[in-house]
Amino acid sequence: MNRRLPRTNDAGASPGVWRLAWQRLRRDRVGMASLYVVVAFLLLIAASHFGLIAADWQQEKGVSFANPSFLPHLENREAQQSLQLQTAQAQSDPSHLAQFRAVDPLAATYDQVQQRALSYQIKEPARAMTLPFGGDKWGRSVLAKMIKGAEISIAVGLLAALIATMLGTLFGALAGYLGRWVNDLLEWFYNVFTSIPYLLLIFAIIAVVKANPALQSQGLLTIVLVLGLTGWTGVYRLVRAEYMKHTHREYVRAADAIGASVWRRMFVHILPNISHIILVQLSLLVVGFIKAEVILSFLGFGVPVDMVSWGTMLDEAQNELVIGKWWQLVGAGLLTMAVFVTAFSLLTDALRDALDPKLK
Amino acid sequence: MGAYLIRRLWQMIPTMLGVILLVFFLFTQFGGDPAQVLAGKITDQAQIDNIRKELGVDQPVYVQLWIFVKQVFTFDFGRSWVTKEEVSHIFKQRAGPSLTVMTPILLIELLLGVALAMWVAYRRGTVSDRAVMIICILAMSVSFLVYIIAGQYLFGFVLGWFPVQGWSDNLWRNLTYFAPLPILLAVLVGLGPTIRLYRSVFLDELGHDYVRTARAKGLSERAVMFKHVLRNALIPIITNLAMALPGLVLGAFLIEIFFSIPGLGREVKIAVDRSDFPVIKAITVYLAFATMVFNLIADLLYRWADPRVELR
Repeated sequence: MNRRLPRTNDAGASPGVWRLAWQRLRRDRVGMASLYVVVAFLLLIAASHFGLIAADWQQEKGVSFANPSFLPHLENREAQQSLQLQTAQAQSDPSHLAQFRAVDPLAATYDQVQQRALSYQIKEPARAMTLPFGGDKWGRSVLAKMIKGAEISIAVGLLAALIATMLGTLFGALAGYLGRWVNDLLEWFYNVFTSIPYLLLIFAIIAVVKANPALQSQGLLTIVLVLGLTGWTGVYRLVRAEYMKHTHREYVRAADAIGASVWRRMFVHILPNISHIILVQLSLLVVGFIKAEVILSFLGFGVPVDMVSWGTMLDEAQNELVIGKWWQLVGAGLLTMAVFVTAFSLLTDALRDALDPKLK
Repeated sequence: MGAYLIRRLWQMIPTMLGVILLVFFLFTQFGGDPAQVLAGKITDQAQIDNIRKELGVDQPVYVQLWIFVKQVFTFDFGRSWVTKEEVSHIFKQRAGPSLTVMTPILLIELLLGVALAMWVAYRRGTVSDRAVMIICILAMSVSFLVYIIAGQYLFGFVLGWFPVQGWSDNLWRNLTYFAPLPILLAVLVGLGPTIRLYRSVFLDELGHDYVRTARAKGLSERAVMFKHVLRNALIPIITNLAMALPGLVLGAFLIEIFFSIPGLGREVKIAVDRSDFPVIKAITVYLAFATMVFNLIADLLYRWADPRVELR
């Protein structure tokens, strides 16, 4: 299909498949716009990964449920309560408990505790009444959480998609090129994996991981592996079909004739010719896995509790909405996740059109 | 036909065995010591040994595998580790609510999806087509969670049109009072991808020569669309339905969790929370079997939809 022609010096040398695709993509305005959005997001999460922005997302900078800066005058009862509580705590005087001292067997212990507590200076930082995009229950900036959450969610999606695509490509190449018993075995494997509904399979694996202390403490790696190791089936199917098609093409036979090994034929000769199909599958998987991660994190099966992702933010947002605090829901669910997923899906569509113009 | 059916059922056996092996090794090899899970805070070694004996985990692997295979084929997975409820009883209890919610969802989504997709495909390139497609893409990129959270808040809490959540023992009351909001939200979410898929199917069919021929014969547009195009588009629609059917049994588990519907999907989530292995194992194995059966039914339906399809 897209056989690379030998590079000759005369002016008629044809441009490669990737350059042609790039030219087609450049002409697609929607595709380019979504490419800019995706690149902007990737720069943002790179900056956040290296601690340039949102590194202080865990700091409690504002009052509880601080108002967004653009809506400073919303009523915020929670903040007042928490402020009152603080002053009450600061002024609390245990003297009214003195009457119980005679009968309280723990009085001495409490005294010790009191002494200890006094020796620590708790510095309560000044809390802002408003934050750029509001605050959560603990007064952390929702804007910083949005950025950090984007980093975790997108990273999980990308890594899991990479693993799934590599597995699917490897299995597909083996089954499609080698055929015979390898094909039978992998087909059986594929049938087994696809007969279990996808989310149920993930749940079963998570149940196992949760019960096994050795696997439990792996943090992000767990969810990346769970998604990656279960999501390869779609890629496998397509890559296998492509390899079956290419196996008998002339260029592969020619490679065989000049003595290229099986591995070389599979991954140096055929793979570049179907890489555009794999790329489209990869980006489809990224979107799917980001959505899956959000749902799993929401259910408490995803990222560890000391991290923030779009899913954990939506989990908090569910209870916040009832008391009228909508910014976490809008920030995580609409302003970041929906924008990124839309841009990435549109980019995938544009990529497919650009890389496979015969497809419509 | 009979020979085809027997051959297909015969071919299912290796896959079924594969599912059993996969589930078995997943839980025995990576699940940790079930006695530890079950005993929790008990540290008495004798008690732990007792539990291990009861579960058969002190036996060699092949004996355990045999126990598992027997469980699968006698429909007897014993009792839940946590509630001591019989697993078969859990199935009977929870399948009803799942079906009550999922059947209307599937039917409404199918009818609306096909109708809208046909309409936009017919008006390809017009403003309404583009508007519907843009709405679909936008709607698809918002997480399911946002729809449920916002929908529950708006329709249940603020406007009070529907109950926020709940379930009763009465089927009619469930259908008319508790189920409408979950159904509405699930259909809203599912419609985007469905329309997109069916639209491309219809566009594909509209490009064929038989459509031009039918129009040249002077058939009305209605006849062309409903008698010719729809009939030919049935096969991908059946494929899509067959893929959605296992979800019918499992229920949209997010919907069930949010609306406290005591269905199988919610049961799975609870079982994962509590490390209740027998329940998860049973649901996984039987739903895999159900998926295989649904695929077979889909293949048989192809023949009904298109007599040219040969079952081999």
